[in-house]
Amino acid sequence: MTTTLAAATARRDGTAGAGGSTPPAPAPRSRRRGPRGSQWAAIGFAAPLLAYLAFFYAFPLWRNIELSVHDYTIRAFVQGEADFVGLQNYAQIFGSPLFGQALANTAFFTLVSIAVQFSIGLALAVFFRGAFRLSGFLRALFLVPWLLPLIVSASTWAWMLNSENGIVNSLIRAFGGTQINWLTSPETALLAVTIANIWLGIPFNLVILYSGLQNIPEEVYEAASLDGAGPWRQFWSITFPLLRPVSAITLLLGLVYTLKVVDVIWIMTTGGPGTTTTTLAIWSYREAFGTGQPDFSPAAAVGNLLIVIALVFGLLYLQLQRRQENR
Amino acid sequence: MKRIHQSAIAVAAGIAAVGLLASCAGAGAGSGGGNEGDAASGAYTWWDPYPQHEEGSDWANRVEACGDEAGVTIERTAYDTTALTNQALLAGQEGNSPDVILLDNPAVSTLADAGIVSTVDELGLDVSGIDANLLAAGEVDGETYGVPIGANTLALYYNQDVLDAAGVDPTSITDWASLTAALEAITASGSQGITFSGIGTEEGSFQFLPWFWGAGAELTELDSPEAVAALELWKGWLDDGLAPNTVINNSQNTAWEEFLTGGFGFVENGTWQVNAAAEADFPAGVIEIPAEDGGVAPAPTGGEFIIAPVQSDEGRYDVTRQIIECMTTPEGFVETANTFAYYVPPTAEGQEALLEEHADLDTWVSAVQAAKGRTSDNLGTDYPIISEQLWTAVQNGLSGVSTPQAALEEAQANAEADLG
Repeated sequence: MTTTLAAATARRDGTAGAGGSTPPAPAPRSRRRGPRGSQWAAIGFAAPLLAYLAFFYAFPLWRNIELSVHDYTIRAFVQGEADFVGLQNYAQIFGSPLFGQALANTAFFTLVSIAVQFSIGLALAVFFRGAFRLSGFLRALFLVPWLLPLIVSASTWAWMLNSENGIVNSLIRAFGGTQINWLTSPETALLAVTIANIWLGIPFNLVILYSGLQNIPEEVYEAASLDGAGPWRQFWSITFPLLRPVSAITLLLGLVYTLKVVDVIWIMTTGGPGTTTTTLAIWSYREAFGTGQPDFSPAAAVGNLLIVIALVFGLLYLQLQRRQENR
Repeated sequence: MKRIHQSAIAVAAGIAAVGLLASCAGAGAGSGGGNEGDAASGAYTWWDPYPQHEEGSDWANRVEACGDEAGVTIERTAYDTTALTNQALLAGQEGNSPDVILLDNPAVSTLADAGIVSTVDELGLDVSGIDANLLAAGEVDGETYGVPIGANTLALYYNQDVLDAAGVDPTSITDWASLTAALEAITASGSQGITFSGIGTEEGSFQFLPWFWGAGAELTELDSPEAVAALELWKGWLDDGLAPNTVINNSQNTAWEEFLTGGFGFVENGTWQVNAAAEADFPAGVIEIPAEDGGVAPAPTGGEFIIAPVQSDEGRYDVTRQIIECMTTPEGFVETANTFAYYVPPTAEGQEALLEEHADLDTWVSAVQAAKGRTSDNLGTDYPIISEQLWTAVQNGLSGVSTPQAALEEAQANAEADLG
């Protein structure tokens, strides 16, 4: 799961690093004074960064690709002679009956999570923009989900949604409803883990969008209200368009974070019942660590697929950004 | 001149930083085993999955004593159970395995398959006294890769108060029909019938196996009528409200905690809860899990094997054998049993000695005698693949994704595809 993020970061850092290590060609004038020296110095300064990138980004990524094109059984892992199988692991992944389900689950989990997180986060950010008494305190309270260890919040959600003894079902029963088997019914399990993940993601959206709002000058709003624009009109004509760059990066980061979510789902349902909450990330984790028989190669193949998906959306974002700058 | 000097320093600093990174990585790879000592004397390394037994505890002292007896010192490292298997694999990959590992029994065949465990013949160990059903978990293709140091298994704990209130006599439960009748009586009296663990991990398969085997099903045929009958038994309990819906997500610990609330008649759980059952707020008893048509169902065995990873220096095996023999004497087995809250010894002699001390453990001793290793029947490394499909089928069947029949048919098809 860190690989996905690592890849995204590596991509961005990589371009920055490359730019830093090859400075614009020195003018001929400076060549006489020993340009080689300064060039060496530049390389010397860049070397720790380059080595760091190579060790912690390029090598793991390369290793992940290598894993996915070999057949790493336990025996091969220990004795170091895995057969090269080309794209066979990928063929196996795409041909698996689980692939369609995992992809659909990932799409549902990610898109619903992001859409709702973003909407609620934005609504709260706008709400807190009008500074009122205790607003700082309340805003801090909304950060709690972010501060709690994931295992705590996910376990708490699992207890709350427990079929027999959970507080949510107690409430439903108190109002005359019937028990909903949130985590143990194939109809509701995916929704239940998505709800928990939405709760976890709201603070992130709130914080970034709130700081984005600080950059919108107050005069614009004043001018708008002089022109007779109500709060609703102000939101759609000022806040929303001016917040677009911040929104785009929030959505992209949210997507990358949500794609690689393993812990919440694993703690709440282990991808079950059956495979009804198995996303691509959960599938990869289960293949590698969830059974008594580690299957690293298909797990790496699924992991690489996730990296590609994140990369596609990253490129889409860059494209959008470039178009906006050119405008 | 000064500028060149500066840039030289920068280059040197950069190279030094890179070198530091490299040396860090090198140090990381090198640590782990560290048993390049002399063959006959010096330190022998020992890994076990009991971090709860710290240095100075009875267990640590016993390990140390066995080293003293063999004339060497033992360096003991304790890992978490799953971490231990991974560590053992990594150490095997780097060629610096410890001399002795205490390993969870289903993992033995995995490591044996990787070729990093020596056989009992290579070590010169005599395993003829060990119960065959327990030893089988460490057998792959006719070779034996270690000695069980004790075994635990599953049985049904009951809450005496709840059973009394429902008028159920635990000794009357001899087959599935009488068990289901008892659960109905308990539910009618206002308590809940039974809880167990059907979680989507190895624990779920572990808990389902007594019913699966108790119906006469085999792991090589997950969709046999017997297997379907076992899953339909569980599914029927859920549908009729005899078991709570939470079992689909229950770990064995959660199931136990549900039982401790006092609201349940039965719980399926293991030998490791004997002490906790004695301390419960209500009188608790235990019966063996019944087979479909009467008699005792074979439950899966839990417990560790003591194994000796392959060493490049074969001279070390002699001392390793002495250490293992020291741990596996009848008295040694009983001591191990007491240390771990009732690990049943794997030999007839050891079991007798244990029963002399704790006569109330007879249910567990006979449950272990009837038990079966998950990797037995030469399944070895096929077991984890089959098990994953089995627990998925249990989850699909219980939650209503598909019928028990369809769920098990899908499991069998997937297992066949995965095993190629």
